[in-house]
Amino acid sequence: MKKLTLTRGGTAHRTIMLVTVLVLVAVALYLPHYYAPYRVFQFTEVLVFAIAVLSLNLLTGYTGQISLGHSFFFAIGAYTTAVMFRDLDVAFVIPFVVAFVVAFVVGFLIGIPALRLSGVYLALVTIALAVITPPLLTRFEGLTGGSQGINIDTPTAPAWSGLADDQWLYYICLVVAAVVFLLARNLVRGGVGLSMTAVRDNELAARTMGVNPAVPKTRTFAYSAGFAGVAGALYTLVVGLVAPGSFTIILAINLLVGTVVGGMATIAGAVFGAAFIGFVPVYTSGINPALGGVIYGAVVILIMFVMPGGVMGLARRIRGWLVTLEEPADRRRASGTGQTETAGSLPAARAGAVDGGTEQSGTTDPGTAQDDRPGEQTTTGDRREN
Amino acid sequence: MSLLIQQVIGGIAIGSIYASLALAIVLIHRSTGVVNIAQGEMAMFSTYVAWQLTAWGWPIWGAILAAVGLSLLGGMLIERVAIRPVEGASHLTVLIVTIGLLLIFNQAAGWIWSFLVKDFPSPFPGGVWALGQVRLSASTIGVLVVLLASMGLLYLLFQYTKVGLAMRAVATNPESAKLVGIRVGRILMLGWGLAAALGALSGVMVAPQLFLTPNLMFSVLIYAIAAAALGGLDSPGGAVIGGLVVGVSENLAATYIDFIGSDLKVLVPFVIIIAVLMVKPTGLFGQREVARA
Repeated sequence: MKKLTLTRGGTAHRTIMLVTVLVLVAVALYLPHYYAPYRVFQFTEVLVFAIAVLSLNLLTGYTGQISLGHSFFFAIGAYTTAVMFRDLDVAFVIPFVVAFVVAFVVGFLIGIPALRLSGVYLALVTIALAVITPPLLTRFEGLTGGSQGINIDTPTAPAWSGLADDQWLYYICLVVAAVVFLLARNLVRGGVGLSMTAVRDNELAARTMGVNPAVPKTRTFAYSAGFAGVAGALYTLVVGLVAPGSFTIILAINLLVGTVVGGMATIAGAVFGAAFIGFVPVYTSGINPALGGVIYGAVVILIMFVMPGGVMGLARRIRGWLVTLEEPADRRRASGTGQTETAGSLPAARAGAVDGGTEQSGTTDPGTAQDDRPGEQTTTGDRREN
Repeated sequence: MSLLIQQVIGGIAIGSIYASLALAIVLIHRSTGVVNIAQGEMAMFSTYVAWQLTAWGWPIWGAILAAVGLSLLGGMLIERVAIRPVEGASHLTVLIVTIGLLLIFNQAAGWIWSFLVKDFPSPFPGGVWALGQVRLSASTIGVLVVLLASMGLLYLLFQYTKVGLAMRAVATNPESAKLVGIRVGRILMLGWGLAAALGALSGVMVAPQLFLTPNLMFSVLIYAIAAAALGGLDSPGGAVIGGLVVGVSENLAATYIDFIGSDLKVLVPFVIIIAVLMVKPTGLFGQREVARA
């Protein structure tokens, strides 16, 4: 078969991308009408986790900061929402905003000391966050309901919508997820995103080019925490119960697994990662209830063996077999969706994309482009340069 | 005052257990650059093996030695089967593989031995000595002696044997080590084996004090990680000191600071390490990684 050649940003490329996105949106909209309520609930959970995985991917994938403590920010969002529903008579949208703001501020405060740590030390310290979350929640019993947690009524579908409650919840989550994904995409595609990847790929070079690494690191930590908080807020709405046992380190570990399985430094990968951590344990328990966890662990390891770039890495490899993507000859200009670009190709492909961006981002680019290497690149911040 | 001394002694005893698991973490991190999140679960699994042998009528010391030996082989096998294929991949990839190992060992132990609590026999006699008002149990001393002796042996291995020299060479520079004829793969396997054996020892030492369940080592792992980070991830001596500091400070804080109590005492070592890492981002004895850009 002859390989198809497309020009990045050309009409054909744009059309294919547009059609893909439209098909995906149509499928997402139709899902709750096709499946039984039990399945719809699972898909809703996947959407919630997708936001959380995306939040972690901003930090780990784009900025190279490993966090094993994102369950903490998730819990902050979840409890903020639960307390508001219990104690205050609030309108529907407000909890999301408050959950975002609270988690954002906490994330910012934690991010300030955290940015002094690199790579594996940050991962180890953030484990502390995950570990103390349940005992802290139990300790402040007056506010959090102790080990019993807080029950709230999950929202019911309004009569005008003609939807069942599970479908209504699904659509709420879909809308919130869409908003968060768009925000995250815009974040990483702009100058901010460039400074993030610059710091990840070569901190020294980024510094030389005028990026103060502290700025993108704390900023990303705060945004990441904020988005995790939004996911937590949705979790409360969907499940209707928050209790310390739901926010253990297992959640934090699962979020990191989802990030890597979906594909580091990809936006769309978060959906696949969330689907993985949402569905695969259920399926492996279905194969053998006693051995489900063992099989799940083995699947995680196998995926790292065969597709270290995650689902999006695999997708990119398949696309590489079918299509040749060319840069337009007249001007190097990025286009399409951020979802389909490799981490490695980011800086080069986006060299011209930030002409409207900030001065800072423009100057970071040569530094990262120099460091750019062909092929899969899922490095973390502590990679050795040769 | 006697309460203080009592708590310090208890802290040293539990701290030596953290220290040995921390040392296992450091051994692997030095040679592969990865923190083995599954270290605690591997140790728990080894402890179950020892328990199973005693349940079959083995004497306790025989069971412990056999379990440590099997762990050595098991650790080497794990390196060969699970870690070698992702050698050279990003650290995060390897980290995820160790997370997979954690899940496998935790669930496999529950599947084989059930999640019910088991009693692990103490390998030490039950005597207690009283020095004034301070009570010193034989098992506290026994734990200390066994763990310090094992760490001493490791030190001798590293400092004075050819294998130890090769292991240090691989940790310092794998490529140069390969060029002088060291079989890097085997050395890495041995490193994982030694770490697993050391972890097994910490598991059988802590199991009589807690109870044997598949989640036995999780909290120990958290403290061991704190200890390793405190001492510096590439410093074996730092891991030992870090373990003792973590053990003592945790005990003292739980006794003297009312707010902390027993459920929040896990906070203590992390407050310490965050404070330390603010000043020295690579731990007390760690070396700053110098890389050419």
